[in-house]
Amino acid sequence: MDDLLEIGDKKLESRLFTGTGKYGSDALIPEIIKESGAQVITVALRRMNPDSEEDNILDYIPKTIQLLPNTSGARNSNEAVRIARLARAAGCGNWIKIEVISDNKYLLPDGYETIRATEILVKEGFVVLPYISPDLMVARALVNAGAAAVMPLGAPIGSNRGLKTRELIRILIDEIDLPIIVDAGIGKPSQACEAMEMGAAACLVNTAIASAENPVLMGKAFGRAVKAGREAYLAGPGSTSSHAVASSPLTGFLNGNESQEEN
Amino acid sequence: MNVIINGKNEEIIRETSLLDFLTSKKIHPDKVVVELNTTIIEKHILADTIIQENDRIEILRFVGGG
Amino acid sequence: MSFYDTFLRIQKLDLGKRFAAASTEDVNRVLQKSSIDENDFLTLLSPAAESFLEEMAQKAHHLTIRQFGKTILLYTPMYLSNFCTNRCLYCGFNISNRISRKQLTLDEVEAEAKAIASTGLKHILILTGDARKIASIDYLKDCIRILSRFFSSISIEIYALETLEYAELIDAGIDALTLYQETYNQNLYKKLHIKGPKTDYRFRLDAPERACIAGIRSVNIGALLGLDDWRMEAFFTGLHAEYLQRFFPEVEVSISLPRMRPHAGDFQPENIVSDKNLVQIMMASRLFMPRAGITISTRENEVFRNNILRLGVTKMSAGSSTKVGGHTISENDTGQFDICDHRTVAEMKELIISQGYQPIFKDWQPIL
Repeated sequence: MDDLLEIGDKKLESRLFTGTGKYGSDALIPEIIKESGAQVITVALRRMNPDSEEDNILDYIPKTIQLLPNTSGARNSNEAVRIARLARAAGCGNWIKIEVISDNKYLLPDGYETIRATEILVKEGFVVLPYISPDLMVARALVNAGAAAVMPLGAPIGSNRGLKTRELIRILIDEIDLPIIVDAGIGKPSQACEAMEMGAAACLVNTAIASAENPVLMGKAFGRAVKAGREAYLAGPGSTSSHAVASSPLTGFLNGNESQEEN
Repeated sequence: MNVIINGKNEEIIRETSLLDFLTSKKIHPDKVVVELNTTIIEKHILADTIIQENDRIEILRFVGGG
Repeated sequence: MSFYDTFLRIQKLDLGKRFAAASTEDVNRVLQKSSIDENDFLTLLSPAAESFLEEMAQKAHHLTIRQFGKTILLYTPMYLSNFCTNRCLYCGFNISNRISRKQLTLDEVEAEAKAIASTGLKHILILTGDARKIASIDYLKDCIRILSRFFSSISIEIYALETLEYAELIDAGIDALTLYQETYNQNLYKKLHIKGPKTDYRFRLDAPERACIAGIRSVNIGALLGLDDWRMEAFFTGLHAEYLQRFFPEVEVSISLPRMRPHAGDFQPENIVSDKNLVQIMMASRLFMPRAGITISTRENEVFRNNILRLGVTKMSAGSSTKVGGHTISENDTGQFDICDHRTVAEMKELIISQGYQPIFKDWQPIL
């Protein structure tokens, strides 16, 4: 049953992307990858402290997993481009999640700067996955810029509030010819399931797993939820019970004398 | 001589290459990316790049993120 | 890029088989969805959907009110010229029909405009036959210049033009285009268009797109129902509209559902499109394209027009004549087709109000 998600030159079996942020212990990460089945994982780029012995997060990520560095910290397109180039030079592939946030209250992304960064980085050969508010015009500009996918938020980062933007995400799924990967805001496996049922190509879940009491088990649950949602979408839902019919019929006139004979 | 490493002033001896510097700090070059005066220095030329007075060096690595 | 690519893709499918294969379960499933795709549209046009007309109508009625409100835009056609170099078998202006040919002088255009404007209408649709040398671009520009003084929206329904020509007319003051493919069936198209520039199927098919590229604000397309199997024509019309909406999201797309009427000439439509069929087409189209305008002209009779007003229509013509100068000159000329609803603008206004809707006379005003 070939339902692979194609991004760049990768064909992914799992439609759950996960992150490496907010963990109490990075040692949980390999367990989560194993139990959730995730094949794509986000990382961030930060200054190293040369004077201390720090573990490298890459040690916790199996080499078979696709790294998706993000440009977190970037407040504008220039910074995002710089981080992307650094991430690539660090030697972990050419995928990049563009995250340009200059709003520290809600952590909402800047669409304009994201479009500009995408245009530049696509030309430099990156596989660009931009993170945006679900704005159809921004998404169209990203398609034109050559983005490999579009990542609309379901709700503000870390809020775990679910698909507050579901109507707008639905519009993106209908109108945009790229994988729509719901990122941010998913708090429960049922919400990830819902996103997949709607037709999303994948979900990125970080906070909901990292902040769970049992992150490994939660990771497993999310893996299953994304799979279930995807299968439900592919199966094509049947009809539910019939809806109520309003009081006055609109087509009654058709049952009377048909005037078509005059023609 | 004075150089700026990750925004902080440091004294290092002259004729140090970037690779030497990383080694002296027990930093494996494969696990980081180095920027010298906002230019990314590819790994294979770290050994040949000699640090100059007042150079701004950024050493970055991957960390957890969403 | 052209709608023709979509057309070719659809052509490869056995549409007849698919229409026949649609089941009541399929129709039920489609009616539960909030947005429907191409396959769902086909299901709603199928024989299986015929027993669901009331449900479709309820859905279409409410959807139209949510998208457009309880409003109907009124307009009228103004025939400027009936000279024509085409021989289209189904048309009253066909070159081999011996009718008196006329083109309005600019004074007559002004008189006609005044007469129409006095009824309160602000949206006008100007029509000509296909005679480039007579009803030329320059003539049209002159007419548009005059009409701009009386009407706030000028739509054209003329022979297919090149992109630059559309741009010229847009510059002169038109904001909308009506162009019917007549039939999307290429073989039938060839049989019906014997002679003249209109024989070029592709040129005509791509014309609405050229107008969009040229910057037209609004485009209205359709097929002449009765020429070929109506399910096919309705399906292609819907797909054509969806294509234009998708590639030109800034353009207002509408569809018309002209049903063949008696006309001068011997041609009789192969296919009967009953009232039920026409209603089904309208409902299915409305559900497939929630934002598309739907026009019903005076080809349809009073009773029918009264009854379909609340079923998803957004534009209706009023006080119509298909004769050149028909609003002023009262000679016994031949119209393009026989009108069936002869009501005046005032009467149509009354009708619309009586159904709880608001008649709209002006929906657009260029200020640049």
